[in-house]
Amino acid sequence: MKQYSYYPSCCLHGDAVAYDLSTRAVAKSLDIELLELDQWNCCGSTPFTGIDQLGAICCATRNLALAEKTGLEMVTCCSDCYLMFKKADSFLKEYPKLKANVDEALAAGGLEYHGTVKIRHILDVFANDVDSNLISSKVKKNLAGLKVAPYYGCQVVRPKPGFDHPEFPQSLERLIKSLGAEPTPFPIKTRCCGGSTILAETDACLELLHKILKSAVSNGANCVATVCAFCQLNLDLYQSWVNRKFKTNINIPILFFTQLMGVALGLGYEELGLERGIVPTKKVLASYLSA
Amino acid sequence: MNTKTKAETQPEDAFIDEICAYPGGEAVRLCMQCGTCTASCANASKMDYSVRELIGMSRAGLKKEVLSSNSSWLCLSCYLCTVRCPRGIRPTEFMHILDTIANREGMVNTRTLILYRSFVGLVHSMGTAPALYLMTLFYLRSNPFRAVKMMPLAVNLLRHKRLPIRPHRLKPEAQRQLKTILAKAKTLEESHETV
Repeated sequence: MKQYSYYPSCCLHGDAVAYDLSTRAVAKSLDIELLELDQWNCCGSTPFTGIDQLGAICCATRNLALAEKTGLEMVTCCSDCYLMFKKADSFLKEYPKLKANVDEALAAGGLEYHGTVKIRHILDVFANDVDSNLISSKVKKNLAGLKVAPYYGCQVVRPKPGFDHPEFPQSLERLIKSLGAEPTPFPIKTRCCGGSTILAETDACLELLHKILKSAVSNGANCVATVCAFCQLNLDLYQSWVNRKFKTNINIPILFFTQLMGVALGLGYEELGLERGIVPTKKVLASYLSA
Repeated sequence: MNTKTKAETQPEDAFIDEICAYPGGEAVRLCMQCGTCTASCANASKMDYSVRELIGMSRAGLKKEVLSSNSSWLCLSCYLCTVRCPRGIRPTEFMHILDTIANREGMVNTRTLILYRSFVGLVHSMGTAPALYLMTLFYLRSNPFRAVKMMPLAVNLLRHKRLPIRPHRLKPEAQRQLKTILAKAKTLEESHETV
């Protein structure tokens, strides 16, 4: 059984609790053990780094220092946290002066970080560490006939080329196919949903959401699979606002890709947090859900 | 890179020097004004000045115009410009640096800044930034009347068990550790600025 240090993030303890539930359930059925990082704090994400770069990198590095002690690779589901951890790690290696400051700040709290933690996204783990033949062999409900729009959002594949291409990634498509479902063409699959900026600049972000939803629907998708807590929240919660603003009638369930995996692996509706979708998920998934 | 020509020591260079001194900002001088960043930007049409223009203006020393514009606050941090820049500049970091300087010098008071400040305040006091707390704080500080409009969204989240009232908290000693680290970072940042 492979073990990872698991960084849940603020979102997965909040609005994206379904992502947390489904990730843990799917990992369990694939013989992966996720050990929650003890006493984790905020990753220092975009709103933090926007006005206090040093403080934000210290936030991220405290978590990395804690994860380093476990000796395990650290996996997170949140794309923003994933990007922030990678950025902190590479900035520390790139800028000695910044590293000296971060080291000094961490030392004040009795911590040190040596730059050895391997930072992973849960999509990377499920798509690349798990053999797709193993996933196919464990599929109890083949998702044949289900058309899924693979939506990556922006931060999971950027800024540097990582486990997949920064503009035209394929990991999610491969994973969807291994479940028996069909990934639909989705030209703007790595376009940004607006993230947390939606609170401050709602109208600007609704336009972005409209483009993404329109593209998913016009390419024939029955549902959207997301890998990011913000993408799921914005596309799901604000879908009715998009409809009102743009006089559309879009009604497409927004799932976490782990929920889709869970359905194929025969896990239960509530076990996967599927009842927590604002746009109901039941109708689209009805023929695949175990009774 | 460190050997400055005579032209680079002019007073209008103070601003671009300041930007380049931040980690991630050093390559901005290499910009050749091709506009790939602007063409990649999802919010370019809503900005007072595009990313390309902001870089040009910064090099010309137009600090006040750059920092009082809405542009950097509309950056979504999607990093597409950073992926595509043929000169290896990181325009996303450039935008964050503008945010940082504008905030420090009190040059703006945008909604996004209020959001960022609310977020940072929560992390300092709780270690995390739970959505319910962030939304409440942000709307109280920015526009309490807008909160009324947003209520249905919050209720919708609550109804779907997606807005926990009691979020993840750190143990007191872990919270103290984080506070000590952030306080130390703050003093280091301030001592750097006065140098």
